[in-house]
Amino acid sequence: MNRLIVSPSPHVHSGDSVKKNMYGVIIALLPALAASLYYFGLGAVVVTLTAVVSCVFFEWAIQKFLLKNESTILDGSAALTGLLLAFNIPSNLPIWIIIIGSLVAIGIGKMSFGGLGNNPFNPALVGRVFMLISFPVQMTLWPKPQTIQLEYLDATTGATPLSIMKEGLANGESVSAIMDKLPSYTELFFGNSGGSAGEIAAAALLMGLAYMLIRKIITWHIPASIIVTIAAFTGLLHLSSPDQYAGPLFHLLTGGVMLGAIFMATDYVSSPMSKKGMIIYGVGIGIITVVIRVFGAYPEGISFAILIMNGFVPLIDKYVKPKRFGELVKTAKA
Amino acid sequence: MLKTFSLGGVHPAENKFSAGQKIAVLPVPEQVSVPIAQHIGAPSEPIVKKGDEVKVGQLIAKSSGFVSANIHSPVSGKVFKIDDILDASGYKRKAIIIKTEGDEWDASIDRSEDLKTEITASPEEIIKKIGDAGIVGLGGATFPAHVKLSVPPGKTCEVLILNGVECEPYLTADHQLMIEKGDEIMVGTQILMKALKVDRAIIGIENNKPDAIKQMSELAKNYAGISIQPLKVQYPQGGEKQLIDACIGRQIPSGKLPIEVGAVVQNIGTTLAVYEAVQKNKPLFERVVTVTGKSVTKPSNFMARIGTPMNQLIEAAGGLPQDTGKVIGGGPMMGKALVSTEVPITKGSSGILIMPKEIAKRAKMEACIRCSKCVSVCPMGLSPYLLMTVSDKAVWDRAEEEKIMDCIECGSCSFTCPANRPLLDYIRLGKGKVGQIMRSRTK
Repeated sequence: MNRLIVSPSPHVHSGDSVKKNMYGVIIALLPALAASLYYFGLGAVVVTLTAVVSCVFFEWAIQKFLLKNESTILDGSAALTGLLLAFNIPSNLPIWIIIIGSLVAIGIGKMSFGGLGNNPFNPALVGRVFMLISFPVQMTLWPKPQTIQLEYLDATTGATPLSIMKEGLANGESVSAIMDKLPSYTELFFGNSGGSAGEIAAAALLMGLAYMLIRKIITWHIPASIIVTIAAFTGLLHLSSPDQYAGPLFHLLTGGVMLGAIFMATDYVSSPMSKKGMIIYGVGIGIITVVIRVFGAYPEGISFAILIMNGFVPLIDKYVKPKRFGELVKTAKA
Repeated sequence: MLKTFSLGGVHPAENKFSAGQKIAVLPVPEQVSVPIAQHIGAPSEPIVKKGDEVKVGQLIAKSSGFVSANIHSPVSGKVFKIDDILDASGYKRKAIIIKTEGDEWDASIDRSEDLKTEITASPEEIIKKIGDAGIVGLGGATFPAHVKLSVPPGKTCEVLILNGVECEPYLTADHQLMIEKGDEIMVGTQILMKALKVDRAIIGIENNKPDAIKQMSELAKNYAGISIQPLKVQYPQGGEKQLIDACIGRQIPSGKLPIEVGAVVQNIGTTLAVYEAVQKNKPLFERVVTVTGKSVTKPSNFMARIGTPMNQLIEAAGGLPQDTGKVIGGGPMMGKALVSTEVPITKGSSGILIMPKEIAKRAKMEACIRCSKCVSVCPMGLSPYLLMTVSDKAVWDRAEEEKIMDCIECGSCSFTCPANRPLLDYIRLGKGKVGQIMRSRTK
């Protein structure tokens, strides 16, 4: 008789894998990638390819030459970091800056902590914020969206709705006057505005969210709590002084809120483990984002907000536990 | 409306290949090996010796404590020897080995097929009879049934809940019993209700057994106080705590028993055994065993005598397939992998599951990506990822604080983990250690 395999239960597995989840997120990013290619053309191609290839290369090289351990580049996480990094930067950014940003994202953001699963901060955001602080000029030149764009470095640039708003308000203009200069909400929803390569089309990003929710890659807790918090906070500000503060719809459809709430904050490794913790984390991100946008120096604050809340995750996980069975004895009569 | 339990849960592929297969009576084996430790609690004490003649249903080992159970001879013949044999646990343990001669039943057993609905025994007599008959939880937990029915002073039972969930994939023994022995189960339920002095019983059945739900609902009309609760298909709904939560919406507090919320749970197979013991004077010496698997030629439900070697059941189901990698006693989620197919079936053997090689091996473990899926699926609301880490690092006080002892070992975490981490293996290790520490403290 052939020998039997003996191992403890359970003897079956769901078939889920790290790879499936990582590639699932990549698939969810495809609509946004399509929107990016549509509006930024050649620039989007160059930026995306550079970021993905360099992130995968750096992970491979660090594992091969420094850590000397088994390569994990096929699990899709490095490619995903590259894709997210590309989505968070302008599509006319020079290649050499992207390569440096990728090295920081993978090298410092991820591998220095021990690789996938150990990084306390979202690696793509570590890379992005590093570039934003080191190359502030290049990082804030945004190409204007235009169909079939064949320019890369020489693309015509313009300000993003968020910076137009910030400058306008600083110059004493009223919100409604500034809004007249901006694309309509419909245009913003479909992505026809300046911004980072992958953040502009809320519609495409929401399609990605729907896909991830259906595939159960993520749960609704983090995106919903961020979006609701931002809407509520900016809504209150707007109601208190409509001329001084832009409305919630403006804040949700501009900048990186959708990309951040759906794809950056939901990064498995750097977000909390319990549902209650996820909501606290999301609310924190929402509040910090609005504070930076409305009262801070930068027009956009979601990257900083996510990184700051990443720092709180160990604390949240220590004190916020999932709801336990039997903790609340239901007294309902049978 | 379909009910289910409130926290976590998974839905593994059901693969109920043997569903609808009539329970076939397996021929009496030439020799049986009856282990004396088939239940939770103290092993029974053999009262026969080598060379003794025994009849079917004769007491051969008696209960040796409050939590223990009697064992009866499944065959008639001569005690060949009492020796250590390999059993389903993978260890060598003491068993009574009997060589079969004929099939002569103890004269007191009523072998007729007639349904006997009138319950003459008093509650005390019922509990005593159940204890005498050696009935244990037949769902797999094998907790002596009479102990569960003895409600401790100061507590009252309000409702009896019957487990017809059979949430383990592949297994169909209870399903088939409900189809074929519905009336007997109903009478068994009434006996249990009488013993517990309750006027209400709920039979929880998952929605993947619509025929059983329909039939039992029809039958329940003739029996006062019994209702059927259809449940959404969700593993581990057959867990006692989960089933009570699903049926009556009450949660047992950490470390407490079902009676704390006024409920007692019994399994369908157990209920049939209760009927047979009380109404027909038949002790527990045979049970229904599902033999199944993807490559098994004839997935079947057998009525087999306790102590029958498993390979005889496997032969009857078409033999061990060529591609066999693993043989499991029980279901795929909580069953135990067997080291040999020669081990005997016991009171807790709900099924024999044969897994092909390609799915028998675990996939390679990767780093935890903190996806939190283990937390989402845990039906007890624990944090399996954390329990694995603290067990690995031997931080036992933290493991206790994180309620490692609440784990019901359902395996939903390991089943779900995308990184194939053996969460439950580590949690079991931690439970063992923490349990030891807690016991030493109370001494």
